[in-house]
Amino acid sequence: MKMTQQEALFQYCLRRGDDNLILSHRLSEWCGHGPQLEEDIALTNRALDLIGQARNYLQYAGEVEGKGRSEDDLAYMRKERDFVNVKLVELHNGDYAYTMARNFLYDAWHLPLQQALMKSADTQLAAIAGKAVKEVTYQLKTSADWMIRFGDGTEESHQRAQTALHALWTYTGELFTTDEVEAVLQKAGIVPDMAPIKAAFDAKVDAVLAEATLKRPADGFMMSGGRQGKHSEHMGFLLAEMQYLQRAYPGATW
Amino acid sequence: MNSAPALTRQHILDLLENVKDPEVPVISVRELGVLRDVEMSDGKVFVTITPTYTGCPAMDTMREDIVKELHNAGIMDVEVKQILSPSWTTDWISDAGKAKLKAYGIAPPEKTADIRALKGELPVVPCPQCGSKDTVMVSAFGSTACKALWKCNTCLEPFDQFKCL
Repeated sequence: MKMTQQEALFQYCLRRGDDNLILSHRLSEWCGHGPQLEEDIALTNRALDLIGQARNYLQYAGEVEGKGRSEDDLAYMRKERDFVNVKLVELHNGDYAYTMARNFLYDAWHLPLQQALMKSADTQLAAIAGKAVKEVTYQLKTSADWMIRFGDGTEESHQRAQTALHALWTYTGELFTTDEVEAVLQKAGIVPDMAPIKAAFDAKVDAVLAEATLKRPADGFMMSGGRQGKHSEHMGFLLAEMQYLQRAYPGATW
Repeated sequence: MNSAPALTRQHILDLLENVKDPEVPVISVRELGVLRDVEMSDGKVFVTITPTYTGCPAMDTMREDIVKELHNAGIMDVEVKQILSPSWTTDWISDAGKAKLKAYGIAPPEKTADIRALKGELPVVPCPQCGSKDTVMVSAFGSTACKALWKCNTCLEPFDQFKCL
């Protein structure tokens, strides 16, 4: 059966919401553990921006679905198989180079995507993007600076950043894969073609890694499955912590 | 029974002047540019606000404070709507608001025409305490989503800067 535009839009909002929500949760785990106070604050600020964006998408997803589910219902009461984020964002935090390399790869994809979504035929998606693009610009600047600092820093920081890039690269393919959800929405001018976004990602990654004296890993096998709800072993533990309160005390507020 | 005097839009705007940013309690939601519109229809008041940063937790507090302020004035039928577009910019902070930020010890944002901070070049941010231009950014992120952390090399005091957006 063919997917309706409404079903596709609901799924698309979930994807955008889940990517931001899960990365936000991972970054919030750094709270109180940052290598220095300023960085601790920086990561939690970024987590806050991402959760704000996640809220917008999940609110809209609930609206589009029309079954009365709130952003909290979607964030806290869905099962692992119903989450459609890419695997990249659910991976453990690793060391600081690993966290920053993931942020950089995510931002280098996220910024051109949000810039393109500003032109969406769906006014709400365009409005969310118009707001997010300012925050993501600032985030990409920070994460790119860190890649250069690690790569062009000491032997150890260089090696850690390079190791992180190699470990993460296989998870970047999923950021650009599309299926029926995008196909239906692209036809209606609601979501952009991913080819120019991949080109912008490649250009940014190449430029920053060159300045950082880091090597871009070769494209090879790419992980997939997150968009279909098939997650890595990290996801269950993350959800157990993130959803604990609403699972134990449904509807709890403060 | 006497009928209450007709409520005017100006009266509501005056009341909302009492609703401050909970994180920066010297500046009102209007001066901050968060308050976008006030409309009245059939005795109901519609207040439109827009978030500064999408994840700013102060938004929920501002929304509650707006309702509380109007309820305290006997205006019970209030709806606060949130819009995302056009997206908020620091250019909407009024000049009076910027002066209040500075007096509070927060360096106000420069104009977005001078958006160098976002593009990678650091702007010149005079110290709100002593006015010295010999200042340095300590962290691109600060105590709230809207601020960065700076330090003055002349008076040696740290200070917050309202990020240009």
